[in-house]
Amino acid sequence: MAVAVESLTEVNPLALGLERGPVPPTTLTIFGASGDLARRKLLPALYNLAHDGALPARFNLVGISRAEMSDDEYRRFAREAIVSFSRRPPDTQVLEGLLTRLRYVAFGFDEQEGYGRLDGVISELDAEAGLPLNRVYYLSTAPAFFGVIMERLKAAGMNHHRETDVRIIIEKPFGSDLASARALQAIVSTSFRERQVFRIDHYLGKETVQNVLAFRFANYLFEPVWNRNYIDHVQITAAEDLGIGTRAGYYDSSGALRDLVQNHMLQLLTLLCMEPPASFDADKVRDEKVKVLEAIRPFRPEEVALNTVRGRYTDGVIGGERVPGYLDEDGVPEHSGTETYAALRLEVHNWRWAGVPIFLRTGKRLARKVTEIAVTLKPVPHMAFQNADSAGVQPNQLVLTVQPNEGVSISLGAKVPGTRMSIRPVNMEFLYGTTFLSESPEAYERLITDAMRGDATLFTRNDEVDAQWSIIDPILAAWRASEVNPAPYEAGSEGPEEAQGLLGAGRHWRTL
Amino acid sequence: MDDDRWYAVNTTPADVESALRELQFARARRSPGFVPARVLNLVAIVDAEFSGEVENRLERLRAAHPSRLILCKVAEEQEGLDATASIGSTMGEPSGDRIAVGREKIELTLAPRHAAALDTIVGRLLIGDVPTVVWAPHRHADGLDSLRRHAQVVLLDSQDEPDPYDAMERARSLSEHMRVVDLAWLRSAPWRERVAATFDPPRLRGDLRSITAVTVRHREDSAAAGLLFCGWMASRLEWRPLSLTRTGVDRVGRLRARRGEVAVRLQSVDMQSPGLGGVTIETAAGESVSFDRGPGGLRSHRRERDGREQTWTVFGASRGEAGILADGVRIALSPGSIYEPALRAAHAMVA
Repeated sequence: MAVAVESLTEVNPLALGLERGPVPPTTLTIFGASGDLARRKLLPALYNLAHDGALPARFNLVGISRAEMSDDEYRRFAREAIVSFSRRPPDTQVLEGLLTRLRYVAFGFDEQEGYGRLDGVISELDAEAGLPLNRVYYLSTAPAFFGVIMERLKAAGMNHHRETDVRIIIEKPFGSDLASARALQAIVSTSFRERQVFRIDHYLGKETVQNVLAFRFANYLFEPVWNRNYIDHVQITAAEDLGIGTRAGYYDSSGALRDLVQNHMLQLLTLLCMEPPASFDADKVRDEKVKVLEAIRPFRPEEVALNTVRGRYTDGVIGGERVPGYLDEDGVPEHSGTETYAALRLEVHNWRWAGVPIFLRTGKRLARKVTEIAVTLKPVPHMAFQNADSAGVQPNQLVLTVQPNEGVSISLGAKVPGTRMSIRPVNMEFLYGTTFLSESPEAYERLITDAMRGDATLFTRNDEVDAQWSIIDPILAAWRASEVNPAPYEAGSEGPEEAQGLLGAGRHWRTL
Repeated sequence: MDDDRWYAVNTTPADVESALRELQFARARRSPGFVPARVLNLVAIVDAEFSGEVENRLERLRAAHPSRLILCKVAEEQEGLDATASIGSTMGEPSGDRIAVGREKIELTLAPRHAAALDTIVGRLLIGDVPTVVWAPHRHADGLDSLRRHAQVVLLDSQDEPDPYDAMERARSLSEHMRVVDLAWLRSAPWRERVAATFDPPRLRGDLRSITAVTVRHREDSAAAGLLFCGWMASRLEWRPLSLTRTGVDRVGRLRARRGEVAVRLQSVDMQSPGLGGVTIETAAGESVSFDRGPGGLRSHRRERDGREQTWTVFGASRGEAGILADGVRIALSPGSIYEPALRAAHAMVA
C-alpha cells in the first residue's frame, strides 16, 4: 500500500511494512541500576537489543543508585552483568560500543539535589546528540521508592518536556493491596499522564503468553465453543517446584496470592476470557481485559472460605532430595502466617462465561514446574457406544501450556484398534519448540522496546491494576482476619488436599 | 544417537518415500519423544560438485527451521537416480519430559536430464499442507521452473546474476508464480530500517519530500541489493523510476519525485562482505545523513543545514550470510508487502 506523500506528518511511508518499526531516539534512565533486576535482566536485555540492531539510532543509558561509582566503574559492572547473563555470547565491538553510551549518577532516591544532577547529565547527552532525545525512566527499585522517585521527578520538572516524550516504566508490584495501589496511583497521576506510564508485568512480554491471543483471535475453529454452552470449567495453574530461595524477606511479606495471582494469573485469565478487541491498539485491548476483571464479583467476607484455599509447604522430597518446610527456610519468621499456595474459584459474570467456574492455583515446592491454562469442555450429550466401550470417553480438554513445554494440546476420543468400538482419549499436540527453534527474545527486550516506542498494549493500565486488587483485596482481608493457619502440604506434592474441595463433584485438578 | 539412514542406487521416488516412512516408524517406536519436522519443505537444487558449501549453510539454517530437506544434486556423469534418506534429531535423544525435534533429509543424485522433470521426482516426497521453499543457488532454472506447481516460495539471490537487469527480470518473472524471497533484498534490511528511523520523528518526516539525492555504496557484485534499496525508496515515496545509466562501474540516473528530481548513484566500492557498504541521503536544504559499515554497527554521519556535523554508531552485530539465509526462510513463512513494489521500481531502473 503506498501512502500519499502529502500525509507525511501522520505516517512515515518508509516505516510501513518494515519487519521492525523505528524506535525513537531515547535516553533510558534506570533507577536501581546496580540491583539484581538490572544486573540479571535489564542490562542483558539492552545488550541483546543492541546486538540485533533494535535499539534506537541515538541511545544513552544512565544508571542511578545510591552506591558511589564512577562512569567507568558502572561500565565494568554492566560488562560483567552482560557477559554473565546475556542469552548469547556478546560481540565485543557491539558491547564496547554500548558501554560508551553508559553514564552513572549516584544519589539516594529521596535526595532532590540528585535529580538536578541527573537532569544535567541527560541534557548534556541531548546536547551531544544535537537534539532532545525521548526520556524513559525505569523504576527498578524496591516498591517503597516508586512514589518518592515520581514526586522528586515532578519537583525537578523532569516529568515532562516541551520538545520530546517522557515515559516512566514501573516494575511490579504496583501496591500491596487496593489502598496502597490507589495511594501509589494518586502519586502517579499527579506526576504523569496515564499515556506516559508503563506498568510492567513481564509475563505479558513472554512469547507464549502473547500466543494465547494469537490462539484465540487467529483461529476461527475454537470461537463457537468458547462460551458457557460448551465449556465446563477452566483451570489456570502456575506451579513451581522451587522454594523461596534467598527471597524470604520479600516473599514472607507478599505470599502466593500477591506474588502470582494478583498479576500474572489474572493476566492469563483476562487473555483467556476477553472479547475480541476491534483492533490491537493498546487501549482497545486493555478495555476488553478490564471488562473481564470488572465482571468478576469480589467475594463477600463469608464467601472467601468457600472459594479459596491457602496452603504452606512442609518438608518433603523434590528430585530425590530432602527439602525443608517453609517455616524452616532461612529468614522466614517463626510465626509466619504467609501462604505459599493459593487456589481460587472465580466466576466471570457476563453473557459468555456466566456459570463457568475458573479455578486458579499457584504454589511453591509443588511436584513440578508448569504454567498452563486447561479448558475442559462439557461431556458429549449422549453416549451412543455401549457402556463398556465408552468407559474411555472423556470430555475434550484444550491445554495452553505457557511453560515449560510451550504449546497447545487437545484431547480427543479415538477408537482403539481392534474389533470392538472401544474409545480412549488421545492427544493432538502443537509444541512451540518443534516449530519455532530460533531463540525468542527475552520478555524484557520486547517490553523495553515497546515502552521506548510508546506502545502500551503489553503493559497494565491503571484501571486494570485497580480491578485486579479489587478482586484480591477481600481475600487478603479475610485471610488476615482468619485464625486458621494455611493448610499444610508436603513439599513435592500436588498441594493441600483441601484444594480438591473447591472443584466440586466430578472434577479433579490436573496432575502436576 | 546417529541418524538412521537408507541408501539406494538407481532407485525410484516411490522407493524413497516408502523408505523414509519406514525410518520414521522405526524411530518413533524406539523414541516416543521424537517429533518429526513439520514446518516446511526445503528443496535445494545444486551442482553435485559444489554441494558441500550449500549443505553447510543449510545445516545451520535447519537448526532454526525444522524442515524436510530435499537436496537435489545434479551430476554431469549421473545416469539414474541415487538416493539417501536419513532421519535424526537436532537436539539429541528425547528423555523424560524432553522431546527431540526431528530432521529429515533426502539426498537425490540426479542426471542433468532429470532437472526439467524434477516435479515428478520431488513432488511425492514433499510433506503435504506445509509450505515448500525452493532454493537453486547454482541457477538450474529448468529445475526451478519445473517445481513451480509445488512450491509457494522461491529463495533466490539476485547477486548471483552478473547483470542486474537479468537479476531483476528473473525475480520479476518468478514473482508472477511464487512468492520471491531475495537474499539481496534481505541484505539491505538494516539499511532500510535505519533510513526509515532517521525520518521517523514527525518533525523530520517532511524532509522526505525534499530528498534530492540518494547514493548507495555496494560491493561490485551487489548492485542488485543497491537497486532494490533504491526501488524501495522509490516505491514508498512515490518517485517515478527512470532508467539508470552506467558510468564506469557505477550506475547513475534521476528519479522523478512530485517536487523535482532525485539523483541516484549506485557506487561500487571495495569491501569484503557482499551487500551494501553505505547509503547517503541529501535534501534540498543542504542536510545529509550517511550510514556506513563500521565496527560494532553502522557508522552514522549527519550534516545539518547550518553545516554542523555529527558522527555516531548505530549498534548491531553482523548477521553473516548464514543469518541472512535463516532470515530468508523465516520471512518466507510470514510474508511482507513491500518487496514486490520495490522490485518493480528496481526493474524499471535497469530496463
